[in-house]
Amino acid sequence: MEIPGDFPEIGDYALIGNCRTAALVSRRGSVEWMCVPNFSGPSLFGAILDRDAGHFAIAPTGDYEVTRRYDGPTNVLRTTFGAARGTVELTDCLVLPDVREAELYPQHELLRRVACTQGEVEIEVSFAPRPDYGRVRPSFAKRGKLGWQMVRCPFGAMLATDVELASEPGRFRLAGRARLKAGDVRWLSFTYDESDASVVPPLGDAAAGRLETTLGWWREWSARSRYEGPHRELVLRSVLVLKLLTSGTSGAVLAAPTTSLPEVEGGPRNWDYRFCWIRDSALVLHAFLRLGYLEEAEGFLEWLLHATRLTWQRFQVMYDLYGEVKLDEKELKHLGGYRGARPVRVGNAAHAQLQLDIYGELMASVLRYVNAGGTLDRVESAMLAGVGRHVLKLWREPDQGIWETRREPQLHTFSKAMCWVALDCVRQLSQRFPMSIDGKRVAGACEAIRAEIESRGFDAEAGSYVGYYGGKDTDASLLLLARYGYCEPGNPRMEGTYRYITKTLCRNGLIHRYPDDTNYDGITAPENAFAPCNFWAAEYLANAGHQEEAAKLFERLCGYANDVGLFAEEIGTRSGKPIGNFPQAFTHVSLISAATALYQAKTA
Amino acid sequence: MTGTAGEIVAILIWGFAATAALSGVMFGAQRLGYSRLSLPFLIGTMFTGDRSSAHALGLLFYLLGGWLFAFVYYFIFASIGRTGWELGLLLGAVHGAVLLVMLLPLLPQLHPRMASEYEGPVRGRRLQPPGFLALNYGYRTPLTTIVAHALYGLILGARLTLT
Repeated sequence: MEIPGDFPEIGDYALIGNCRTAALVSRRGSVEWMCVPNFSGPSLFGAILDRDAGHFAIAPTGDYEVTRRYDGPTNVLRTTFGAARGTVELTDCLVLPDVREAELYPQHELLRRVACTQGEVEIEVSFAPRPDYGRVRPSFAKRGKLGWQMVRCPFGAMLATDVELASEPGRFRLAGRARLKAGDVRWLSFTYDESDASVVPPLGDAAAGRLETTLGWWREWSARSRYEGPHRELVLRSVLVLKLLTSGTSGAVLAAPTTSLPEVEGGPRNWDYRFCWIRDSALVLHAFLRLGYLEEAEGFLEWLLHATRLTWQRFQVMYDLYGEVKLDEKELKHLGGYRGARPVRVGNAAHAQLQLDIYGELMASVLRYVNAGGTLDRVESAMLAGVGRHVLKLWREPDQGIWETRREPQLHTFSKAMCWVALDCVRQLSQRFPMSIDGKRVAGACEAIRAEIESRGFDAEAGSYVGYYGGKDTDASLLLLARYGYCEPGNPRMEGTYRYITKTLCRNGLIHRYPDDTNYDGITAPENAFAPCNFWAAEYLANAGHQEEAAKLFERLCGYANDVGLFAEEIGTRSGKPIGNFPQAFTHVSLISAATALYQAKTA
Repeated sequence: MTGTAGEIVAILIWGFAATAALSGVMFGAQRLGYSRLSLPFLIGTMFTGDRSSAHALGLLFYLLGGWLFAFVYYFIFASIGRTGWELGLLLGAVHGAVLLVMLLPLLPQLHPRMASEYEGPVRGRRLQPPGFLALNYGYRTPLTTIVAHALYGLILGARLTLT
């Protein structure tokens, strides 16, 4: 097959990363997404969005079968190719340096090991980086035994390998073949340095050492998990994804490592998710706490405190890794998009929206952090009091809601309920920490919000809360009212809402986030099932005492993971396949919440 | 202040200013993607493998080196018997050229963490050598290095006076 070939399914990718950037590797052994210098930078390998936007492929020549797995509880990927005359195993990782060693490490090292485990296999390597989202076609210069250097590009990039490669100037790539026999091992080390002299680590035993260090780091981190419930492996995989997407340099948590993977094949809902959403991150903090990772939760709070200074006391919906607030949306017209889904966007116009629910999610996570043994210092308490005062001012405003609708603002029921949650949490926190906020005003606002929701956000005929005041459409986010303590899980109004949601938003057994035929989000186009909503349903059932039903649903949902346990933003309603940006932190967080709710219900 | 003391103070002040300007140009070239040559990083990594310590330590040595060279420039001006920005500019450009043509290519033999293209990377030696005219660090590196050093010389030539 000609490399890189057709677009694989989104679920055919697996994720590797070093907490600073990430790469997606296809089942064909091709790295088809990696951004530098960090998650949100321009892509260097971008074949997932355009087959000519860069790849780094290693696979047997001829036909082969593929199985793959992560190496235990790590983010090191092992792909096994069963070819006609033998088997090779490809191991991929982004190296995590051993900080105890006084050695120089490159800014990023993508380390790939090919080992023939049986028979004889010919492999083919194609190294075709395309910096700046595929706009730059580099050439290569051989630097003796140090390997190949990408030249005429603004950063340092080297490929060191013991596979014989040759430059193909017309195709702007390095390519080569090698015949491996059982026991043979080859290494390929791609290194990136943004602005200093390149660092080129040695291959052979030294590379094996770096691989071992990386494996050890992930194993050690995973061993800190306290979760012992069902589907432990999948829960651990989810928290490993979340850790990988947590910036090691700032503490911010990315929503997903990709941009513009479509919510519907060929459709227009293509967004850049390589930013830190306050909502998603607050939920990630909650997930870390549930599994015993207090340090990560602290890291995120620190990020929140420092990175959001530019907009304080107002929170923007999302920030970049370092708190940058200007995330202007641009279309990359030169990219064809995943299977023709255009436009390809970078930046995100939703950053300027008003989404009131984020305050509730944030405050609820802080309260959980405190309940888990965390403390708030004076600056943090003052900041949170300021947030509370801001909610007191804002809660009556219409907003774009949790789904970032691109129509005129509405009075969303979920947003109002989350304002109630925010103020209720402020009330509880103010009893434990000195916070400069008027307690009576907070209590009064809580009462007023509740009265308004119960009269205007509930439809008596449907017996359900509705998406926005006065509307008839429901919204799957309302399943979370029980989680956040606005409503008891067994409450008749909540039970009615659950039934109404499953009745009106379910297609092929999968819950959609809102009706896609009523211009609910301002875009008239069908969409697939939003994966997190389905886990919310399982969580709701577990919390409401319907354990058997919850376990059955959870079991079924786990079946939608790809072969290495990863979920996208959505699940294809017809195909059941992952679709949308991939993998998605929000989905993995929701899986963890549902699993822990099930486990707690069972042990209680 | 005596004449000699005044001259030393002037050399220290303008040596610092010229080093800051030189560093500014080199650092700007790095940030803009024109060159990856960072002399403080190369100096710092002679002493430590830790990146951030290397940058800090390298900068300190670089500043000291900048002062030292300011004295060398002064002695050259004194031996010729005149100063002036044109002379400083020329001297700085020659200084940059010598660095590119003679000193940087010798670095793999002197630097304990620099790898060699002949032997490949080995334990402890992983830094890519600069190569001819430091072109391995970007094809605009000779230009930015000569401009930065010419600016260094220009400032010293323009501001230092002989008594």
